[in-house]
Amino acid sequence: MKNKDANLVIVGCGRLGSYLANRLSREGYSVVVIDRSSQTFDNLTPAFSGFKVEGDATQISVLNAAKLKAAEVLIATTHDDNVNLWVAQVARTIFGVARVLARVFDPRREQIYAELGIQTICPTSVAAELFIQAVLGDGNAKGPVI
Amino acid sequence: MKVLIVGGGNTLYFLCRAFTAKGHDVIVVNRDKAECERLARGLAATVVFGDGSDPKILREAGAMGADVVLAITPHDQDNLVICQLARLQHGVPRALALANDPENAEVFQKLGVAAFSTAAIIASLIEQRASVDRITNLLPVAEGRVNVTEILLDASSPVVGRLLKDISLPESALVAVVIRGEQTLIPRGNSELQAGDRVVLMTLPENHGPVLRVLTGEQG
Repeated sequence: MKNKDANLVIVGCGRLGSYLANRLSREGYSVVVIDRSSQTFDNLTPAFSGFKVEGDATQISVLNAAKLKAAEVLIATTHDDNVNLWVAQVARTIFGVARVLARVFDPRREQIYAELGIQTICPTSVAAELFIQAVLGDGNAKGPVI
Repeated sequence: MKVLIVGGGNTLYFLCRAFTAKGHDVIVVNRDKAECERLARGLAATVVFGDGSDPKILREAGAMGADVVLAITPHDQDNLVICQLARLQHGVPRALALANDPENAEVFQKLGVAAFSTAAIIASLIEQRASVDRITNLLPVAEGRVNVTEILLDASSPVVGRLLKDISLPESALVAVVIRGEQTLIPRGNSELQAGDRVVLMTLPENHGPVLRVLTGEQG
């Protein structure tokens, strides 16, 4: 993504969410971060120049407060797969967000949501792929992870 | 019929009893071990311990052969995923979700999952029954742009004994039918309203309240 005026909404401000928020804010994107607990906003660096919204992202009013309608990208990073899948689908279907990504821990849930147009990233599959690459060397690691 | 219910608490317990009493096969999926043991003792249902939004648990519970899946956990996001997995991965013909937050009922609908909200159902029942006993909202027509309402006129009503043409109703309101005992009358201007009449009214939402006040005499 080249457009630095793009608005990003990140749901969840834990380790992954805050890392993404800090990094993408530093890169010059306009970032809104949502979390149920305002304590997690301590994970943001002083250089973070985006907005913080405290609230439950499964509620439409909270997504409205985060101005999701004006966002080009939504990233759902909470620790609950189902929250991420809920928020991702709402962002796509109701708010018409162009690009929607969700972290999903359970690889068995990935396929069905790919069919529904939600791009999921599964930390287990990604880590497994990297381990296999490290063990077998680059050339042998192109196949799918079982 | 084979019914798979994911959830817990009293609602689940009494739903299961109702279904098994009617001879349906019921499978319960619950993620609390102690509650599973209680349910297994108290119900004639198969009880599966685990997270119902986990594709593996749904498969083990036999979702593949279920006719209906009900997702009634206290978390709307879990109910959504349970219904989507049941429909898309296991081919269950009907899946129904509980929308704990009434505002989410619409979200479920837009995401293609049938849902109901107990809070909204109870609120509308109370509104209809408790506001005025003599008034029954029969049905909203055209997404609520027209109301059809039935009112029982008692002796205290200011319109009893008067001709319809002498009653000044706000615009866009119609007394469509008067039910008097066994008789059903389509009233004209010179029809007289009597105590005990049941009046079927058609109104637009903006003057629904004023029309009711004219007929009942109550300020509200």
